[in-house]
Amino acid sequence: MRVVIVGGGPAGLYLALLLKKASPRDEITVLERNPPDATYGWGVVFSDRTLAEFREADEVTYRQITDRFVLWDAIDVYAHGERLRCGGHVFAGIARTALLEILQRRCAELGVVLRFRTEVRQPEDLPPYDLLVGADGVGSTVRSWHAEVFRPRITPGRARYIWLGTPRPFGAFTFVFRQTEWGLFQAHAYPYAGRMSTFIVECGEEAWKRAGFHEADEVQTLRRCEEIFAEVLRGNPLFSNNSRWIRFPTLRTVTWHHGRIVLLGDAAHTAHFSIGSGTKLAMEDAIALARALQTYEDLETALEAYELERRPAVEAFQRAALQSQRTFETTQRAMRLDPYRLTLYLLTRSGRISYEDLRVRDARFVQRVESHLASEWDEVRLPCPPVHLPFALRGLRLPNRIARRPASACGALDGLPGQAQQRALCGLAARGAGLVLTEILAVSPEGRITPEDAGLYRGEHGEAWKRIVQAVHAEGSRIGAVLGHAGRRGATRSRRFGVDLPLTEPWELLAPSALPYHPDGPVPRAMGREDMEAVREAFVRAARLAAHAGFDLLHLHFGSGYLLASFLSPLTNRREDAYGGSLENRMRFPLEVFRAVREVWEGPLGVTLPASDRARGGIPEQEALAIARAFREAGCDLVEVTAGQTVPDEDPTYGRGYLAPYAEAVRLEVGIPVLVGGGLTLSEANVLVASGRADLCVLDLEGDGFVDKSPPSLVS
Amino acid sequence: MRIGIGLPSGIPGVRGDLVVRWAERAEAAPFSSLAVIDRVAYDSYDPLLALAAAAGVTRRVRLVTAILVSPLRNTVLLAKELASLDQLSAGRLVVGFGVGAREEDYAMAGVDHRGRGSRLTEQLRTLRRIWEEGKVGPPPAQPGGPPFLVGGFADEAFARAARYAQGYFHGGGPPRAFGRGAELARIAWREAGRPGEPELWGQGYFALGEDARERAIRYMRDYYAFTGPLVERIVGQLLTTPQAVVQFVEGYAEAGCHELVLMPAVPDPDQVDRLAEAVACAW
Repeated sequence: MRVVIVGGGPAGLYLALLLKKASPRDEITVLERNPPDATYGWGVVFSDRTLAEFREADEVTYRQITDRFVLWDAIDVYAHGERLRCGGHVFAGIARTALLEILQRRCAELGVVLRFRTEVRQPEDLPPYDLLVGADGVGSTVRSWHAEVFRPRITPGRARYIWLGTPRPFGAFTFVFRQTEWGLFQAHAYPYAGRMSTFIVECGEEAWKRAGFHEADEVQTLRRCEEIFAEVLRGNPLFSNNSRWIRFPTLRTVTWHHGRIVLLGDAAHTAHFSIGSGTKLAMEDAIALARALQTYEDLETALEAYELERRPAVEAFQRAALQSQRTFETTQRAMRLDPYRLTLYLLTRSGRISYEDLRVRDARFVQRVESHLASEWDEVRLPCPPVHLPFALRGLRLPNRIARRPASACGALDGLPGQAQQRALCGLAARGAGLVLTEILAVSPEGRITPEDAGLYRGEHGEAWKRIVQAVHAEGSRIGAVLGHAGRRGATRSRRFGVDLPLTEPWELLAPSALPYHPDGPVPRAMGREDMEAVREAFVRAARLAAHAGFDLLHLHFGSGYLLASFLSPLTNRREDAYGGSLENRMRFPLEVFRAVREVWEGPLGVTLPASDRARGGIPEQEALAIARAFREAGCDLVEVTAGQTVPDEDPTYGRGYLAPYAEAVRLEVGIPVLVGGGLTLSEANVLVASGRADLCVLDLEGDGFVDKSPPSLVS
Repeated sequence: MRIGIGLPSGIPGVRGDLVVRWAERAEAAPFSSLAVIDRVAYDSYDPLLALAAAAGVTRRVRLVTAILVSPLRNTVLLAKELASLDQLSAGRLVVGFGVGAREEDYAMAGVDHRGRGSRLTEQLRTLRRIWEEGKVGPPPAQPGGPPFLVGGFADEAFARAARYAQGYFHGGGPPRAFGRGAELARIAWREAGRPGEPELWGQGYFALGEDARERAIRYMRDYYAFTGPLVERIVGQLLTTPQAVVQFVEGYAEAGCHELVLMPAVPDPDQVDRLAEAVACAW
């Protein structure tokens, strides 16, 4: 077989040597436009797991690579004039030049044809081949010949960054944050040779311009960066290597192969540098492709197998990388965190390190964080896991950060709660939740979702809740009443059968606009002024009843497509009066209701808000934040973030902690305490609280006894 | 965890009387359910007709579609068929729904492949209404109709299961893969505000005995040919020894599965007894 590989980077060379080693009779040619000793970039990083794969694929290069390695196991964060170190993260770095040298030598030994200074512009430039490999980087020429098949999509990041080097030796993977007169600048630095370190400088577009980088030449750029990071560089210079400021291009392609052509590494996909995986992914691609070509006779099948094996792994990395990229693009908002929370925030940015992992990696670091968090509370004498810290909210003291709520409606009659509610709520309290929340309590009979919903709209409801509140207090928990109005999602059957299944004879529904929730559902009435007043007064009455019942906290549910949420979203609010259109108008009625309740309720008052509609044309992120800000200014003490259910045909994403990114945005950007749920376990809750992403966590995945561990049986 | 067994109705070349005898044996074995797969462009029986035949020779086992590619079917006729089957089996029907994985089936049936997801959502909502309105008889034997399960790996599938069904039907794989799917099903269930927990069903393929293995692999390679090289991974999960069955069953029970359906990859009637024997050793 004749294989032509365009691009003599780590991926191309590694593939060449693996193929030649496996079948010495094959003709393997690598075409590289640069001379053998030219290279860009400084150091590359591998994890111990990748190294194990290298060892299996080719012992010779593995030994040479590991001989030249710099190993380190710590991550340092410099911020607010302090340095914090967390250990136990094994990394290995090597100079890119050294890596290329090793691979080139091995290729030559095995008999791979290496042609340097060979530029390939069009297919006619190529020698004859049975397989053509595009290993020519993110701007791949090979890919461009069949752009309509590969359909490359490049998404540039929002931040600017430049790849520099420095002779300042670093003892760890280092993140540096510097607040300057022009804005926030950050550096990612890591060692790779006896003395040299990679030093990547990153900043937002505005800070970049304000600092004059857009019109600075190479020397000016280096001097200014040295100035910004003088404290950490300690007199060492920064070097450039044809370095330019760019915005990180994340590349995706719909397929990685076409006929006898296959893409490798950066030519097929890229992932943000902050998880340090570009070269690693590229070389893993090479291993998988070489293996597939040996396993399958048929070329098409082999290329398909290669893509099938690698694509899920690469996409998982791209997801983690995107999350990491977003973190670094928005670090400005994390600057309100103290160094301890900030360090934890950075360490857990891609969601792949759990709280337990951190403790295993560096118990002393976790202890220092816990001591720091404990020092903020007089009554906490000993360091403890973050969720066990108390929390204060407008005079209310919660014993810990765990909130629980019952799964759903427990079967009330005409809104009247009974034994079922008491059992459910006391059960949650008995299991240690500091705060117990009720199901959504309807503020009026028409505001119920199903006829089984409990409510808080008659005197006897208040009395009944009073008994339940006392029972929950007896268990040592605090209890919050969640008030809501179903709006156009009302008058449905018991949720035992499913959601949003209309009653045969639905009561009249209210909504901002006369749009049914489902096309086959009942059409609500567009609310007039009197309807609004009635709803507002219903909330006020419910708040009074809640006060009478002795609830510790009141929470208004303005999410999930219920009445007030449908005022907020442009998808469901089509009004042309003062209550529709602009964001200010769409917020008007929800804020009116909130303010009216705020006037009669003295204790802590929270709101559930939609952070996203998860549907095209829905509330954009900036609006969601503006909404949270408006409620904070109106006297809201706590925001619970939700997403979706605004419209039924949405685009959901489930997973552990799927609401956490919204919580983080609201808490850090708006500066208000945040309650978050969405598939959290205790471990995620600890991370969210300790890293300053959330204040209270609803645990709904853990310890609810829903794992059926009864022995298998044949008979039902 | 309950354990069900598949009918051999999805294996090419199987004679009708074998499907019926298989159902009798499973009833006696005793498994909790009998399941069928659904394909159009393949030598396989119509799933609902196969279950109807099984209904006639059984009294106890539940009859399950695992899964039914319902967007291929007219909703009103489907309502009639499912209700009839529920009546014929005296209320033993459980319907697993999905959009299917093969575009070919849609082309063959002349149904647009696009929009299959929203059509499934609409069917899940409409079927119960049709039964309730009672214009299309008979009414299902189970009050409100048979329980619904939804299968699939997309986020939309979890949303559909949580919103319009009684549970989630996992598409197969090792117990850990099931565990991940089950977790997403629970998260979606919670988000939808449903009471209790979703019913969680899993499935796997078995072929017990030395001579069965080769034939089973041939069948799996053929049936899953459309997945390309992925087929080898599916073949690799085939349960061919009692040891593998016991491990698989225990793994699923530990991962929170409520009912595990084991599908045959060879149509020999003695497979029913071999499987019953192996399963009896679990736990």
